[in-house]
Amino acid sequence: MTQERRAQLSPIAQLGDAALRLVGDTGAMFLFLLESFGRIFRSWGQFPKTVRQIYFIGVKSISVITLISLFTGMVIGLQMYYALAKFGADGFLGAAVSLSLVRELGPVLTAIMITGRAGSSMTAEIGVMRISEQVDALRVMDINPIGYLVSPKLAASIICFPILTAFFDLVGIVGGYLTGVLLLGGNSGVYWYRVSAYLKMNDISGGFIKSLVFGVVVCTVCCYMGYYTHTRRDAVGPEGVSQATTAGVVTSCVLILLADYVLTSLLF
Amino acid sequence: MTQQTTPDISLEGLTIGYGETVVVRGIDAVLPGGKISVILGGSGCGKSTLLKHILRLHPALAGRIVIGGHDMAKLDRRGMHCLRQRMGVLFQDGALLGSLTLGDNVALPLREHTRLSEKDVRERVLAKLGLVGLADFHDYFPNELSGGMRKRAGLARAMVMDPPLLFCDEPTSGLDPVTAAELDQLLLELKRRSDMTLVVVSHDLDSMRTIADHVLVLGDGRVLFQGGLAELEATQDEYLRRFLDRQALARTTPRLTMPPLDFKLMKRDCSGYLDEQQS
Repeated sequence: MTQERRAQLSPIAQLGDAALRLVGDTGAMFLFLLESFGRIFRSWGQFPKTVRQIYFIGVKSISVITLISLFTGMVIGLQMYYALAKFGADGFLGAAVSLSLVRELGPVLTAIMITGRAGSSMTAEIGVMRISEQVDALRVMDINPIGYLVSPKLAASIICFPILTAFFDLVGIVGGYLTGVLLLGGNSGVYWYRVSAYLKMNDISGGFIKSLVFGVVVCTVCCYMGYYTHTRRDAVGPEGVSQATTAGVVTSCVLILLADYVLTSLLF
Repeated sequence: MTQQTTPDISLEGLTIGYGETVVVRGIDAVLPGGKISVILGGSGCGKSTLLKHILRLHPALAGRIVIGGHDMAKLDRRGMHCLRQRMGVLFQDGALLGSLTLGDNVALPLREHTRLSEKDVRERVLAKLGLVGLADFHDYFPNELSGGMRKRAGLARAMVMDPPLLFCDEPTSGLDPVTAAELDQLLLELKRRSDMTLVVVSHDLDSMRTIADHVLVLGDGRVLFQGGLAELEATQDEYLRRFLDRQALARTTPRLTMPPLDFKLMKRDCSGYLDEQQS
């Protein structure tokens, strides 16, 4: 439908048009995910590409994850200590910090940080390849562009998101210890005892499942936005890539929070 | 699929375009096998669009594209797989993958589709890069090279599988005259040696006159001419004559009346500053 035709539509028809596009995009994104997942295991040639992506998505994110998780843990430790001390329950600081990190904040904040750092570059990279005919070049060389470009990123995301989340949780708990125990004078032994006593396997596996889902969501959305940059209606060329990158990051963040709510209600 | 070494490309009632926009309507043409066919026309007439439709990167709006007796629209995934492995394509800007070196770019189809050892791949890649004069740039990344070099590397990649079908989108545009002439000779040599079918999209008349066996001229949303080079040179069609003969074009094009030039359009006049810098 042309821009002029859309402008002529009544608001209700425009709403219907948007709803149809949303349903269409969701279906297309799901098929895109299925194809990219299926092509992970196509050949051994995917292995070196996946290793490169693990380095890019995982190893290069460690510094930013360390920084964010340390300060997140420190803020939680600070806030929780004051709140718990009012009820004489400051000994439960370790449990409060670890549970909030492992069940909620760890997976969500890690996913959002990786979206900002690696997700945006996935969209931009594939988008630039699309507008400079590199994706077409892959197709005419009979190399499936989804298998070549997206599948290694998906495999790397599935591997990296849970590991980085675990790392976030660990550093965050140490951050809570720094403020709650070393700065505000809480009991060190009690802190670590409460962490190990209250943190159950169910909490850890729940956080693990969340991070897996977030990894798949972020990679699929960001790669999809880049792959279909050329079909965008709002902008073309380099501007289209920038719009696709913004859309990829925003959609991923919204879906992370949405999926977090659904998963929390299902898992815990 | 039968192995026809020099497949013909037939375009039957083909209408090409994007979505609702028709670019060229009703193309009926045969690009003969084992020959160099040049698709000629002014900027924006649909030459590259036609090439992308022949490569099935875009679906035809109407009509058929038949390559070596196979209707492209009816080929399933495996059929396309077989056909595409017999094609080499040079895109307008080379379309090299920016994250790979020149050598890796050229080696990509070999690594994906053959079981050659790394040693054989490297030998073959160096040979093809040598053909386009880039053997010393094996380890360079595309962004470290000029546009012309990227284009030549794109040609090396298109040739690396020795395909019977080679498509080139404006291979000589942006190249200096010497390199462009060398590239023309390379295409002629390829045809001579391997009996390849070449389809070249171009608006470079010198190049067309050097390499073309068969010419298809597009313009005004339709096919204006198809046939041999001698036939084209002898045509009396006014549009084609204007297109082919630059001198005739200069004689017949009305002189433009330009408004007077205004060099003081800038918000700030910097001429005083520049004089000051000089002194």
